[in-house]
Amino acid sequence: MPDLEQLARSALDSVYDPELDEPITDLGFVRSVAAVDGELTVHLRLPTSFCSPNFAYLMASDAKDVLTAVAGERRVVVQLDDHHDSDLINRGLAADAGYLGTFGSEAEKDLDELRLTFRRKAHTAAMERALTGLLRANPALPEEDLHDVTLGGLPAGRTTDALLRRRAALGLSVEPGEPVLVDEHGEPYPREEVPLRLRFARSIRISIDGNAHFCRGLLRTRYPGSETDQTTRPHDPSVSAVAGEEARAS
Amino acid sequence: MYSKDGEKYFILDAHVALWDARPENQRNIHGKQFIDCFYDYHRNLSPESEVWPYEDYLYYGGEKLMKDLFTDGYVDHAIFQPAALPAFYNNNFGQTDEAFALTQKHPDKLTYNHCWDPRFGEDGLKQLREDAKRFNLKGAKLYTAEWFGDSRGWKLDDKWSYRYLEAAQELGIKNIHIHKGPTIRPLDRDAFDVADVDKVATDFTDLNFVIEHCGLPRLEDFCWIATQEPNVHAGLAVAMPFIHTRPRYFAQIIGELLYWLDENRIQFSSDYAIWTPKWLVEKFVDFQIPEDMTEYAPLTTDIKKKILGLNAAAMYDIPVPAELQVKNPPADAKAEAAAVA
Repeated sequence: MPDLEQLARSALDSVYDPELDEPITDLGFVRSVAAVDGELTVHLRLPTSFCSPNFAYLMASDAKDVLTAVAGERRVVVQLDDHHDSDLINRGLAADAGYLGTFGSEAEKDLDELRLTFRRKAHTAAMERALTGLLRANPALPEEDLHDVTLGGLPAGRTTDALLRRRAALGLSVEPGEPVLVDEHGEPYPREEVPLRLRFARSIRISIDGNAHFCRGLLRTRYPGSETDQTTRPHDPSVSAVAGEEARAS
Repeated sequence: MYSKDGEKYFILDAHVALWDARPENQRNIHGKQFIDCFYDYHRNLSPESEVWPYEDYLYYGGEKLMKDLFTDGYVDHAIFQPAALPAFYNNNFGQTDEAFALTQKHPDKLTYNHCWDPRFGEDGLKQLREDAKRFNLKGAKLYTAEWFGDSRGWKLDDKWSYRYLEAAQELGIKNIHIHKGPTIRPLDRDAFDVADVDKVATDFTDLNFVIEHCGLPRLEDFCWIATQEPNVHAGLAVAMPFIHTRPRYFAQIIGELLYWLDENRIQFSSDYAIWTPKWLVEKFVDFQIPEDMTEYAPLTTDIKKKILGLNAAAMYDIPVPAELQVKNPPADAKAEAAAVA
């Protein structure tokens, strides 16, 4: 059933690693997709045995949800391979036990809060990319003036699209008149705080980028050949000349 | 000592280990998974010429350690930062007796830091007092993500942890290194989270808190805390090797740390044997912030000297030959920062 397999892969594009803010398909975390005898089976793999189990569970259960939506009457099996909690997570997924049901007393809270934390970080990073890109394109622009930049004032392109998507995921308005540099609730900061807020946003962006580099590299080390399943992490417009770095790392 | 272009550098490797992860010491599958994870870090971020065979990586012994650090690696002094991991290994991961014996043999070159786990309660507290005396401890390495029975981690601001930190203060164990980095099972008790450091740094101003791996993957949380707490320091274990595979990313990490902290609170570590110090020292001395990253100031030779050894030497009262010192030594700056706070 190649059509279903293709459909399944496309569906998995919408499953994100919350900490890296990238689809699990681009990261190479999808090991296999097979539709056989009315059963859709997907194997997932992660960069180390010790990847945090709450993230692993989140991705695996999100995968099961989107696959169930395309599988119709067929049974959906999601298996997380080679993880220290593989058995626990795979049993929980098979039984649709949920996060609390899977991990028991160790998981006191559901995963919504964790998801929200990382959506906020992803938004802050996207905001920094957009504004730093603007600063690089206009070296004479004082940082404080970023206070007045609105969504409509950003150049069209991937970085702006990414910011709009992150705003939408947080429930923030995407109207062109909205200010770009805002807190997690969409409120702008006082003008004098702009340099500090931008700086803090930058450290969040560096964290996320760094984790993504690290996890991609570890996956390639752990599973030789997995590089063919990975897409290159999108070029960061706030940092020029990354081409040489990519070459050295691969 | 490392010397390049007429400049001499005192090298203090603030985070090294002597571990035994051979199959006969592995308690369970997690013991194998843990060392395999380390080996993947090693293979992924080391230059190809520096990659060890897996067998050597499982156990390398004191002689190879001495050669890699001191004969080949330019290191003047190194500090053991052991992880016990009794849930994964029969006779622990870090080899206490062997490492301590080495420090006895080479007291001018090696310092032994030990570890504790507050979940051992009164017994552990008693043990800590004995260990402090036996090893003459100046520092400790805490691994808050250790497994213990059903528990998969603890926090520095737990009640029992405070009892241990109070004891450390009384016993003169003033340098507390905390692993906050990648790996291991943080469920709700998120073992990566650096927020607990904030609380103890405020409550124990006599102690230095060195956050190993500088909070990666939570650099921003770490920077935010370190900006406010003058006794919080950044250990560069795991961040260092990006200098080879991701030099621009490394520049950003160093740039941010220098901005949020200052040049006196950043320490070089190879995290041996995950990486060997030789190539890290060579590359760091040659390293410069790329010119197009105008948001960061260039690294001066004095900053490099402080990071590579002088900062940690000041913290551990390790003597540095006058010719290797800088004009504004970190010890003076530390007093100044404390006065401001």
